[in-house]
Amino acid sequence: MSPAVAPRIPDEDAVREVLRGVADPEIPAISIVDLGMVERVEVGPDGIEVELLPTFVGCPAQDFIREAVIEALAPLGHRTVVGYNFRRPWTSDRITATGRANLAAIGFAPPAEPADVRCPRCGSGQVIRDSFFGPTQCRSLWYCRGCHQPFEAFKPI
Amino acid sequence: MTAVRLAPATSTALADLLFGMADDEFVIGFSDSEWTGIAPILEEDVAMSSIAQDELGHAKALYELLAGVLDDGRDADALAYDREPEAYRHARLLDHGRGDWAMTIARRFLYDTADAARLASIGDGWPPLAELVAKIRREERYHLMHVLAWVDRLARADGEARSRFVAALEALAPDAPTILAAPDGEAALLESGILARSMPSAFAAWRGEVARVLGPLGITIALEPAAGASRHRPAPSTDFRWLWGEFTSVRRSDTGATW
Repeated sequence: MSPAVAPRIPDEDAVREVLRGVADPEIPAISIVDLGMVERVEVGPDGIEVELLPTFVGCPAQDFIREAVIEALAPLGHRTVVGYNFRRPWTSDRITATGRANLAAIGFAPPAEPADVRCPRCGSGQVIRDSFFGPTQCRSLWYCRGCHQPFEAFKPI
Repeated sequence: MTAVRLAPATSTALADLLFGMADDEFVIGFSDSEWTGIAPILEEDVAMSSIAQDELGHAKALYELLAGVLDDGRDADALAYDREPEAYRHARLLDHGRGDWAMTIARRFLYDTADAARLASIGDGWPPLAELVAKIRREERYHLMHVLAWVDRLARADGEARSRFVAALEALAPDAPTILAAPDGEAALLESGILARSMPSAFAAWRGEVARVLGPLGITIALEPAAGASRHRPAPSTDFRWLWGEFTSVRRSDTGATW
């Protein structure tokens, strides 16, 4: 219990800054912070506690993300506990402006009600939904009549 | 997460409710996952796989809550995979296999609408369930939009599509109401606020919703309330025994392994 050897307790902002480097494994262009998954960060003498909200109840990436968070925070030298809960439902409104811009930049339309979906490539509103469901739980399939390209949209939920 | 302490009678009733909800999601999720790769069109391969993934995720979360309530050493996997076929409490609707596409859509329509009525009946008496249900309902909205689009498509088609769909609805109608059969000890669930309304009330709301959708399509089906204990059955169907053999096969191949 010698304070001289214990690593300095990081502040919450430093932890969040590290978490900005943890990407969603299904959409690597967006971090779990910009996705709005990080509900709470608590730093205390016992270590770092991170509370995450699952985007979908059955999202298979949850264990990967937990491991990635623990690995990313390891250099801070404190015991890290990562928990998931549904105390507040994650909604697509939690995605930050940066997150929405990152999604659009790699060709995913950010979450919007169907009438407001725009083609992420050409910006056209002349789009049709091919399917409510896509390659992962959070995505749906669309087609742009403007530039004649298929694209995916993040589901509003 | 600290769970609200429950009276023994409430805890027993809650376990019965959770068994029904979790088994329903598990069985329909596993059953619909059989369409992966062989659905009528590519989009439906993707849709049924994604819906199945949602349902299995809901089942897992519900089994985890159930494991905490039972506190008998079984975890979510043990509850999902280690019971004999007779011990599953899924609704009789799900004793029917997925059948053809018309049967699958009819089954999903009856299930999704009844499940929506059930989820809308969960009160805030036990926060872990109320919180999970709030999240699940956001996802189920997509399942409903998907199935309603197909109900419309099949019912408005001429000839075989419509006749197969109507025949499937009629074949399933007698067993569909078991989704909303009252759990054992419903009174304790109502008193504790875990249920905000009774299953008979949920049934009445569901029957109205089914009529609202099917009426304009010129289809009428007879739905009668299910008896209280109708989720318990001595002998599950041949379809379910087959499905049980499938979904337990990996688990049984190496007992106790971590997958």
